[in-house]
Amino acid sequence: MIAFTLNRRPVTVDATEETTLLQALRGPLGLLATRFGCGGEACGACMVLLDGTATRSCTLALSRVVGRAVVTVEGLGTAVAPHPLQTALLAEQAGQCGYCLSGIQIAAAALLGRNPDPSRAEIADALAGNLCRCGAQNRMLRAIAAAGAAMRSAA
Amino acid sequence: MNAPMLPQSLRDNPRPGQWIAFEPDRRVRLATGKVELGQGVLTALIQIAAEELGVDPSRFRIVSGDTDAAPEEGFTAGSQSIEASGGSIRLVAAELRARFLSAAALRLNCAPAALDVVDGAIVQDGTATALDYWTLAPAVDFDTPATGTAPLRAPDSFRYIGKALARVDLPGKLFGGWFIHDLRPERLLHARSLHRPWPGAALAPLDEAAIARAAGGDVTLFRSGDFAAVVAATEALTERALEAAEARARWSGGTPRAIVPSEPLALLDAEATKRTLDVPAARVDAATAVARVTARYLRPYLAHASIGPSVALALWDGAHLTVETHSQGVGMLRVALAQALEVPLTAVSVRHRPGAGCYGHNGADDVALDAALVARAHSGHWVRVQWTRAQELSVVPFGSAMVVDLAAELDAAGRPVGWAMGVTSGTHGQRPGHNGRTNLLAAEALPGATPTPPAPDVPDAAGFGGLRNAIALYDLPEQRITHHLVARPRLRTSSMRGLGAHGNVFALESFIDELALHAGADPLAYRLGLLSDARARRVLEAVAGMSGWEARPAGGEGTGWGIAFSRYKNRAAYVALVAEIAVDQAIVLRRVWCAVDAGLIINPDGAANQIEGGVIQAASWTVKEQVRVGPEGVETNGWERYPILTFAEVPEVTVRLVGEATDPPLGLGEVALGPTAAAIGNALADALGVRVREMPLTRERIAAVLVG
Repeated sequence: MIAFTLNRRPVTVDATEETTLLQALRGPLGLLATRFGCGGEACGACMVLLDGTATRSCTLALSRVVGRAVVTVEGLGTAVAPHPLQTALLAEQAGQCGYCLSGIQIAAAALLGRNPDPSRAEIADALAGNLCRCGAQNRMLRAIAAAGAAMRSAA
Repeated sequence: MNAPMLPQSLRDNPRPGQWIAFEPDRRVRLATGKVELGQGVLTALIQIAAEELGVDPSRFRIVSGDTDAAPEEGFTAGSQSIEASGGSIRLVAAELRARFLSAAALRLNCAPAALDVVDGAIVQDGTATALDYWTLAPAVDFDTPATGTAPLRAPDSFRYIGKALARVDLPGKLFGGWFIHDLRPERLLHARSLHRPWPGAALAPLDEAAIARAAGGDVTLFRSGDFAAVVAATEALTERALEAAEARARWSGGTPRAIVPSEPLALLDAEATKRTLDVPAARVDAATAVARVTARYLRPYLAHASIGPSVALALWDGAHLTVETHSQGVGMLRVALAQALEVPLTAVSVRHRPGAGCYGHNGADDVALDAALVARAHSGHWVRVQWTRAQELSVVPFGSAMVVDLAAELDAAGRPVGWAMGVTSGTHGQRPGHNGRTNLLAAEALPGATPTPPAPDVPDAAGFGGLRNAIALYDLPEQRITHHLVARPRLRTSSMRGLGAHGNVFALESFIDELALHAGADPLAYRLGLLSDARARRVLEAVAGMSGWEARPAGGEGTGWGIAFSRYKNRAAYVALVAEIAVDQAIVLRRVWCAVDAGLIINPDGAANQIEGGVIQAASWTVKEQVRVGPEGVETNGWERYPILTFAEVPEVTVRLVGEATDPPLGLGEVALGPTAAAIGNALADALGVRVREMPLTRERIAAVLVG
């Protein structure tokens, strides 16, 4: 049994230590917002917050998650109680196919956690590990800046 | 009065009940054969139905791409959904509204003209009645074919069309659990497939027990001919089993591919069928030619490279196959699956589910056959197959490489008096059903399969394949266009966003700039001097105004500006585009301005999103992307070897929609690809003073032309 904190609640998973966190999330843990994109740490679709840092879960063995805090998109917000990032992404209609959006939200949440007022270039840098194929990047960059502003004014 | 020419979708599905039904709780069911690919089409279709019916968009439940429950409308492709499905829905909804008003008029003993509909409720001279769509529905005829003769709402009274309604599919994508990847039916088995790395490769026997041992659990091997799959109860186990199987797989025979110096130029040495298309002169004058300009432009093979892998789920219950897919054409996939599995068509149901971004004929259809084959061996279980990133970038159909040759004879003023274009390309259409073949990857590996014969190209009537946008819209002398359709390109090629238009518009609009330079004219003025189409002139003038074209800095010094124009398929939206770049060894994309005339716009934000995305995707193709092939198969089978534009590399994009709401809506999903490529190429030539004619416009190619 592997024990860690998932979206602020303790969980245990009955899986081998080499099982990846992504396989565990989408398998026994049943959380489907974290997505498989490449399995090789190259696209960012599988990002989760690991102790607050945006981390790719597709190659992350469960043995390395023991005792640590994982937050997925499900832990950021819901349709009923959205995170300011989610509100801003919807307001900008920032997405087309939407497949990359989970990883984008996680990378952006990590950025806003350490830099509440990032420039366009700083946001783009923070998303260097995330790919979007549909070409909705400009909308996402605007949305993340707007979310930062909303979070600062609420703070 | 003659019956109007109805859209094909409506002729194929003429009964209003096939499209619209009124359900309990004041809901409206809208069914369409077109599917959501991330382009926002379902939202736009709801807006159209809401407008003509007079029902709030929030009341709609949409059913799309289901061979058992939605109209059959062919492929969701070619920027045609708004014209075909939207056009049909608009006529059907208007006609239903008229039928409802007639029924209400009978009940109320008044003239239908005294009645209107407000959010589904019938009002008489502005006053509420007891009637609404839901109470009246049993008295209304949903079966008599639509005639297309009911009056349509006028643009000046639109309530929903033309509004930036929020996308109905975006929240699900944001909060998770929305995609086909997320379906988790009962009795689910996971599978991963092994596909041949090159055509005709034979797979040596695989040791099932050794694979299971390496994976550390219960794994079974599916094998049929040279197609194989590993099957297990969990994804983790299946993925470890695939690693073990791939490490043990030995492929031999067939036709491995040597490395060639240039993929597009290799097309010129291949067997091809040739035909010539003569486009009558738009302008005849007696001027004699005093100069001749020629140029050759190249495009590489390009990959769809969606962020999510292809996925399908299939269930065989012993007699019936049910398939969940993100295919662009559920009806054609159904036919192809029945053919490949040798079962009756009635034994197959196919339903569309949202996939990751779809830019054409990708792996969605192929993986559906993978799942169906494995499911038939595991009767009573859902079987879910997901491709790997490497498969997604190597065994899928690709956009064809192209060679485009242009030649113009010019008079003393630099105007063309002779015009010839040659296009050499693989097919741009090899979808399931095309040419009577399934065109499904695994089908070719099954025992007894016959080799796929060369595919013809997309028919001219569908907007051409390799010749898409080869016909220039300028006022030219006779255009002699020659098409060399390569029978067996080195990669399997099919439809990818824009088809031949990306290569052809890159070539044509680069060439026009070269002619302008030859004539000593400004690129915008030179184009306007050859364009009498008023809508074409309007987009060019609009983008010049938006970008400040006249006041742009002189090229050189490491910066450049480029302009380009096209009307996609010569019948969809008009696009003019300006790109500003910097060159610091490689291209730095700064800003893009784009003016679009697509006639009536259903959803302006959705339209802008499509254009912005098309610009960025085309920019990525144009400056970064090329598929490379070697003896082991496609070498560019990972993101590090097939890089696409990153967040830091995207230009800022400004879109302005300049069409009139009184003009019919025109498709716009693919319209920006070609002009983007050409505007960047022209900007690069402006910056360097010399031209790079081969895409992608990489650092290496820039260095090569500068060295000369």
